[in-house]
Formats: sequence, C-alpha cells, structure tokens
Amino acid sequence: MTVSFPRALAAFGCGAIFGFGLALSGMMDPARVRGFLDVLGRFDPTLGFVLAGALAVSAAGYALSRRMQRPLLESAFHVPGQGRIDARLIAGAALFGIGWGMGGLCPGPAVSSLSLALPQAFVFVCAMIAGILIHDHWQAVRRLAESLSSARRAADADADA
Amino acid sequence: MDLTYLYSLAGGALIGLASALYLLLDGRIAGVSGIIGGTLQRIGDNQLRNAAFLLGLLLGPVIYRLSFASWPPVHYGADLWIYAAAGLLVGFGTRLGSGCTSGHGVCGLARLSRRSIAAVATFLLTGIATVAVMNAVGI
Repeated sequence: MTVSFPRALAAFGCGAIFGFGLALSGMMDPARVRGFLDVLGRFDPTLGFVLAGALAVSAAGYALSRRMQRPLLESAFHVPGQGRIDARLIAGAALFGIGWGMGGLCPGPAVSSLSLALPQAFVFVCAMIAGILIHDHWQAVRRLAESLSSARRAADADADA
Repeated sequence: MDLTYLYSLAGGALIGLASALYLLLDGRIAGVSGIIGGTLQRIGDNQLRNAAFLLGLLLGPVIYRLSFASWPPVHYGADLWIYAAAGLLVGFGTRLGSGCTSGHGVCGLARLSRRSIAAVATFLLTGIATVAVMNAVGI
C-alpha cells in the first residue's frame, strides 16, 4: 500500500477551511438551518448567502479545473459525469431532506459539531454512521442475492441444454 | 450594521474555497457524506485521506474559537430521539442518493450536474415540508 502524505495533508487542510467556513457561516446552528427551511413560517434567509458564496467560489474552481490536464496531486480527475436521474437518487435525497429538516444538521456541520462536545450532535453522528452502515450492508446483500440468482439461472440453462 | 449576512457570505465563500482546492489538488468532489462513507471502508490510502478531511472538519470550530474567543453559537431545541431519527435518515438517505448539501449542493450545482440539481430540489422540498409539518403539530 502506498500512502500519499501530501494528499492526506491537502485533505486535512481542505477539511479545516471547510470546517471554519461552516462555523463562520452559521451552518452549525440547527435553529438557523431549520429557520432557513421554514419558508412557510418564520423564514431566516441568511443561510441563502452561504450557498451563494460557496457556489461562486466553487464554480470558479470547477471552471479552472476544466483547463487543467490533471489535478496537482493526482493522476486524473474523479468527477462523476452526467448520469441518469433515477429513483434511488430521488428517494435518497427525499429521505435526507426529511432528516435535515428534523434535526437541522447535515453531515459536514454534524461532524464539526463533535468538537463542541454536545450530546445531541454525538447522538446524531452515531445514528448517521448507523444509517450509512445499514445502507451499505443492504446494498452488499442485494448484490450477493443478484449474483446468486443469475448464477442459478445460468446453471438451469446448462441443465436444460 | 448586521454582520450576520456578511459572516454567512464569507463562511460560504470559505466552504466554496475548500471544495475548489480539494478538486484542484486531489481531483475529487468534496462531498462530506461520501467522505464519511469512504472513511468507514477499509481501502488504505483512500481511508487515510478521507479521515484526514474529517479531522480537518473537527478543527474548524477550534479555529473559530481561536479567532473570536468564543465557540460558534448553536441552538438545539428538540428531544434527543429526534436527533437519533434524523441522523439515521441523513446517513441512509445521503448514501442512497449519493450525496448531501456539500456534494450535490456546493459541488454539484457549481458544475450544473442534472442529478445534483434534481437532488437539491428534492431535499429542499422534503426539508421545507418536514419543518412545516413539525411546526404544525408542535414537535
């Protein structure tokens, strides 16, 4: 196994800038996130400015990356292409939105909030990890079942021949 | 003058800067749900890099503390079980939908990905509906 320390260091630095941005912006405050989502009640528009600021800089970075052969520390870009909008995407986003609205936390601010040593954030992050593991195990079991049934179909076809 | 808008804009710009740097340096989307998922999988080099990003996220509020001599203000109003249920939904949903507010929101919208635009519209809609319903029934 090769371990790239420059890349790990870059990831650490990006995480720290990201985390400071979250703390400065107000995204770590569940009450403000829920206020932003409360468009039918007491709407708090400030977090719209977080998205505006983030998109402006992120879009500039993406435009710059399009003019580069490869990233500075890696051999190629790993950016997903224009895929299909499928039921998994929409169902997953819908469930995420319900959880986001309930708690006022999304994954980034939830991780950063661990530094504040609050029981609510700790419970949220533990449950989030459980949700990730449940999903990944469910997918692994589904893939195994699919490959078993296709192997059985192939065996049946051989027996018929 | 109310500095809240300015802090939100500047904080957002820093989040965008981190995403841009991660793309330009490592060629990857700074999607936090994917980074947490990658940390849980035992694939040596990837796992180390993802864990390093998460350690950086933990440092964020500490940098804030050093800059402003106070922790970032947060308000948690709900019972503990709400955060448990919310965390489960966020973990499962972001894995199924391949992204969260950072991967689909900040990175996906910036590169005009059709999948990300659909995902953001969906989670904003269900998020708004959830807050409205909880307010209506008084949770």
